[in-house]
Amino acid sequence: MKRRDFINRMAIGSASVTLGGLGLQSFKTPDQSTKITILHTNDVHSHIDPFGPDEGRNANKGGVARRAALINSIRKENKNTLLLDAGDIFQGTPYFNYYGGELEFKLMSMLKYDLATIGNHDFDNGINGLYAQLPHAEFDFVSANYDFSNTDLNTHVKPYKVFTKSGIKIGVFGLGIELKGLVDKKLYKETKYLDPVEISTDMVRLLKEEEHCDLVICLSHLGYNYSRNPKKVSDLKLAEATKDIDLIIGGHTHTFLPKPTIVKNKEGKNTLVNQVGCYGLYLGQIDFYFDIDKNSSSNATTIIV
Amino acid sequence: MQNIKKFIFDELVIHKHILSTVVLIFCFSCKPKLNIQTIEGKRLNIDTTLVEDTSVENFIKPYRIHIEKDLDSALAYALDTYHKNDGVLNSTIGNLMADIIMKEGNPIFQKRAKKSIDAVILNHGGIRAEIPKGIVNARTAFNVMPFENEIVVVGLKGNQIKKAVDYLIKGRRAHPISGMEIVVDSDYKLIYAKINDEPIDNGKVYYVATSDYLYNNGDNMSFYQPNESVHVLDYKIRNVLIDYFKKVDTINPVKDQRFVIKQY
Repeated sequence: MKRRDFINRMAIGSASVTLGGLGLQSFKTPDQSTKITILHTNDVHSHIDPFGPDEGRNANKGGVARRAALINSIRKENKNTLLLDAGDIFQGTPYFNYYGGELEFKLMSMLKYDLATIGNHDFDNGINGLYAQLPHAEFDFVSANYDFSNTDLNTHVKPYKVFTKSGIKIGVFGLGIELKGLVDKKLYKETKYLDPVEISTDMVRLLKEEEHCDLVICLSHLGYNYSRNPKKVSDLKLAEATKDIDLIIGGHTHTFLPKPTIVKNKEGKNTLVNQVGCYGLYLGQIDFYFDIDKNSSSNATTIIV
Repeated sequence: MQNIKKFIFDELVIHKHILSTVVLIFCFSCKPKLNIQTIEGKRLNIDTTLVEDTSVENFIKPYRIHIEKDLDSALAYALDTYHKNDGVLNSTIGNLMADIIMKEGNPIFQKRAKKSIDAVILNHGGIRAEIPKGIVNARTAFNVMPFENEIVVVGLKGNQIKKAVDYLIKGRRAHPISGMEIVVDSDYKLIYAKINDEPIDNGKVYYVATSDYLYNNGDNMSFYQPNESVHVLDYKIRNVLIDYFKKVDTINPVKDQRFVIKQY
């Protein structure tokens, strides 16, 4: 490297850092430990009212108004809370048949959802049906492996979103399931499905190296696991095949996990995979306690599940 | 920016320990590295122990009232309770559903394709509830047919129709059919099968109405492939039922001879 180039580079680096110094003052040093709370649902399928007393194993469970109360109490305790949904918001009760998803989105906005990804049933009124309901959603949608560029959803769905909570950067990217054979082509139209593992590798690199995220979350509608079809990509497979994903929040398979699954990723590090069944019967909660690294040797993470 | 850059440039030229200085500035200015010390995961129950958020509940209420009023308003009256297991190879509710699809689907198909539906084949498992005696409303239709499946009409050669007959006989279940007649002996051997009161002609194309689910190999109904043509009517089966209920006053389907074991 030529000396002048080197000096210029260093200078630019220092300049941005000096400017960043202003940012440093606004960067609130985390307390002893800063807690980030991730709340999540999946496959709610238009279940707005609680199940009635005669509805078998789901009897007296669920209900958006109850979920709202629970979320409010958690938010009151910790303002560093994100509320996420892993798709299949639509289809399952007459609320969807009558209002096309309007009420689902309005309620999620009232509950202050931060982000959602798109499930296969969210195409049930066609891609245009989903697009038509977007004005009712005061939250964003992410999907990194659906290419919507030749559809109405183009530019309305981003691959990822970065949140900053008390100076901690949280990157969340979305993944959807292969639509061919699952959803009628006339519903999803020109949506292109891209390989989830390849896309995730790109996403994680971007979120870590360019966005400098402290926490990387994948919001997935791939499904938890396909034991009878081991070649099919799933959340467990994705966790094993990638690195630097801290948490995969899943959906699609309606898997009721009593606690998150810990998976060893490509580098032998832990990735958490969680899913809370369906119909809003449960709310998932994952708390991340962050520490400033004063002693670089102590970077082991304790997982309590 | 320009000044800072120039200042540092000068600094670098003057200083002897340039590198260490710059590195030092860099490290001081850096955002402290954050480590995840602990992760805690749990599942929270949404149940009766939680008190509903009243603003959310009040927001839902008008939507709920509107839907319930609509779902519960009487469309017709069922003279009895009809369910899918009230016959061996044909049932009251199954005959009703298949006949409704024939009756309501045909005018649309005739208008669009200038042809008529010859037969209807649905599946026994697709009937998700009974029709109870008394008032029939849209909720009845939602219970019987909760899925979003719609009518498709498939053009099938006679030899494919024969595969369909084989499927129906092998199943030994009251899969709903209309426009067809199948008679088997007590060992479930075919005695005869007819469409439009005539034996099935291998070379002729018959138009069979079914659901998009079954057309796509649902319930292993593989006989819809290969086919001569497919016509999507853009008409959901649930809506077909609702439209029919609106037209009639009473519902009184019967078991008949369309699919039976011949009694000697």
